[in-house]
Amino acid sequence: MQLHPMPEFGSFTLLLALALCVYTLVMGAAALWRTRGVSAGVDRQADKLGETARRAGISSFIVVSCAAFALVWASFTNDYSVSYILHHTNRALNTAYKFSALWSGQEGSLLLWAWLLSAYGFVLRMRHKVDVRLTAFASTILAGVQVFFLMLLNFAAPPFAVEPGPVAQDGFGLNPLLQYPEMVIHPPMLYLGYVGFSVPFAFALGALMMRYPGEKWIHITRRWTMVTWLFLTCGIFLGAHWAYSVLGWGGYWGWDPVENASLMPWLTGTAFLHSVMMQEKRGMMKSWNVWLIFSTFLLTILGTLLTRSGIVSSVHAFASSNIGDWFYAFILIAFAVCLFTFFRQRDHLKSENRLESLVSRESSFLFNNLILLAACFTVLWGTLFPILSEYVQGTKVTMGAPFYNRVNLPIGLFLLFLTGIGPLLAWRSTSLRTIRRNFVLPGIAMGVALVVLLAVGVRPWKDGDDWQSTLFSLVTFTLAAGVITAIASEFLRGASVVATQTGKNLLASMVLLTRRNTRRYGGYIVHFGIVVMFIGIAGGAFNQSHEQEMGYGDTLTMGPYRLVCQSFTQDSKPEFDTEYALLDVFKGQKKLVQLAPEKRIYFPNTDHAQPSTMVAMHSTLASDLYVIYEGRDVDTDKPIIKVFLNPLMNWIWIGVLIVVAGTLLALVPSLTRSPVRAAVVEATLAEAQVYHA
Amino acid sequence: MLRFRRWMQAGAVCLLAVVMLGADPGTRFEKMGHAMICTCGCGQILLECNHVGCPVSPVMIGELHAQIDSGGSNTMIFNWFAAKYGGTVLASPIRGGFDNVAWIAPMAVFLLATVGVGFLIRMWTSRRMALSAAGPVVGPLVGGDALRERIRRETEY
Repeated sequence: MQLHPMPEFGSFTLLLALALCVYTLVMGAAALWRTRGVSAGVDRQADKLGETARRAGISSFIVVSCAAFALVWASFTNDYSVSYILHHTNRALNTAYKFSALWSGQEGSLLLWAWLLSAYGFVLRMRHKVDVRLTAFASTILAGVQVFFLMLLNFAAPPFAVEPGPVAQDGFGLNPLLQYPEMVIHPPMLYLGYVGFSVPFAFALGALMMRYPGEKWIHITRRWTMVTWLFLTCGIFLGAHWAYSVLGWGGYWGWDPVENASLMPWLTGTAFLHSVMMQEKRGMMKSWNVWLIFSTFLLTILGTLLTRSGIVSSVHAFASSNIGDWFYAFILIAFAVCLFTFFRQRDHLKSENRLESLVSRESSFLFNNLILLAACFTVLWGTLFPILSEYVQGTKVTMGAPFYNRVNLPIGLFLLFLTGIGPLLAWRSTSLRTIRRNFVLPGIAMGVALVVLLAVGVRPWKDGDDWQSTLFSLVTFTLAAGVITAIASEFLRGASVVATQTGKNLLASMVLLTRRNTRRYGGYIVHFGIVVMFIGIAGGAFNQSHEQEMGYGDTLTMGPYRLVCQSFTQDSKPEFDTEYALLDVFKGQKKLVQLAPEKRIYFPNTDHAQPSTMVAMHSTLASDLYVIYEGRDVDTDKPIIKVFLNPLMNWIWIGVLIVVAGTLLALVPSLTRSPVRAAVVEATLAEAQVYHA
Repeated sequence: MLRFRRWMQAGAVCLLAVVMLGADPGTRFEKMGHAMICTCGCGQILLECNHVGCPVSPVMIGELHAQIDSGGSNTMIFNWFAAKYGGTVLASPIRGGFDNVAWIAPMAVFLLATVGVGFLIRMWTSRRMALSAAGPVVGPLVGGDALRERIRRETEY
């Protein structure tokens, strides 16, 4: 009998990790149960038991890391005795892709999930002194989630399954679509986002179970939530950029069920980040916030179920497997626990305050939540409607981009509108004078933008245009002008106050202002990034495309560009056969660049030959010239070239970078108040107290 | 009143003109081609399918041209494709009947939720106003440090 040391080591570590997590869950719960209602330190034995549970949880990270290392090692050493390595790598694969093989298949990606979860758990358990009892609750709940994923890895989708028979000399290789630099970071980013929401979920559920007084759990989890949200945002947009650069259909978002699965928790997570501020500031919306974070967590699991169960057809989905049943069971159990805890402790979630005015920051948050949840419902509805249709009508339907675009566009515009007006409204109530003062400039900006846009030709009634898309773009650009002005005026207004107080110039005052309240101004920068992204998305209404056969010297004109075919040829390389054309791109008489759109056939002359498009692009701030090699005409043998002119595409990616920068800024602690400033604030508060009394 | 009605009628005519006119065959082909998907299994919009030698999309595109040239309405053409390739050929549910539920449900939920939130805000604010009219509001947090903390919390961004 042949020995396979690494796979056996990997399997053993997974089993050990499961045992450790079960211990953390059971003993952690037992310790919490024994210490309920008593002060810390009274039941020494229970405290010790809780401590062993915490340490077991910490150890599980080390053990799962060993399992992940074993799989990566098997990939690097071409150990084709492991079925997973055989099916997802080959000898010719370069180092980065051999590493990314860890998440290129179902078993590996579940191992990545379990590893990230244990890593988050490790950090949480190491930082237990922030609040020992609350962290003990969160650690125990997190251990429950870990047990589920480790059971999957041990019993349903083992990554170290050994291939029967003699060991193969070479593997089947990695899907060529995944052999792209972004694919090395997109899945881990997305998983960091998905898995990360388990932490605020665990804290929220733990705080509810123990009837945690006050809002400290929100302060503890704020950074966790923001970092997780940031990872998810980056993951989603890296995926969109990959789709745009690799799939070669000219778009970046296809509303595929798997894409939708990542968007849904992002939407509810965004709603949570906003509405949790109402709880922090005014003790409102407690039940709502708890359910938002519960839903976000459950949606991350639902997304995984959609990806893996085969219940919806998706180009991303892994082959149908029986692990869908495991996910159904886990979602049901998790939902039941949430529901039970909520009903048992709902009196603890009573609001401390009520809304005082329709025109207030609170009501804008309410509507913001409404919009985000409406968008989430639409995406969920569109994803699941084919199943409902099959059940009711007996036939499946397709829910493609036309459905989502039509339904989500008005919702998106409303969200853009609220992005602008929300921060201009004061907490509790906003006076008419304040509204007038804050909205004059954005109103003027919108009016000017509308006139300019109509003058330059963005007219829905123009012949030949898709009037609905043009109308939506017009509204988006107009609203964007208003929102950007509103954000800029907020910065300027604050900076001028600081300038008066400190005597610094406006720019230095703006920096100081931002450093004094990184959360608020970081948030504004995130909003600005979102507006920039909306502008980029609205540019899609003016996309153009043209397809043409191009022989030597043939010319194709697209917008301001002229493409001239210099040559076309085919080649054979060890990993793939390739066909490509060389196209000179001119603007006027000036040659800008030479593009080489390419079509590759990986694993040629095999039964699993796979074509792959290598897009050639000339990208500017105004537009992307996006060129794909579609193939050759069988009659003329000339290459067929398809060219897209996608206006404002770069604005989307720039917007994402701004969002990332704003979120990072919001994560930086604000400058502490100077004694002089603190004295002024305290004096004002004292006056207010006297007045109130 | 009469003048207002005339303006409204003129506006409606202009709107109809914007909607109905300018639908040249090229635009119509683009629109209809983007409302169907390639049935080769790629799941891409018909006019965006970019497989080398895809056996399906060129045939379907040819059929779409032929159907448009034969003068059928959009509904007739979509029905023809749905009959030939199955309902999943349409990129969104547009066959009427139960398909309408797909469109109505999100809008209905959105409208109901908006009305619900509006009603909730109104209820809360009116209750607050009634309490204010009854006398000065004395909350549970009134008191030195508690009041300070509350004011700080509620006024800080």
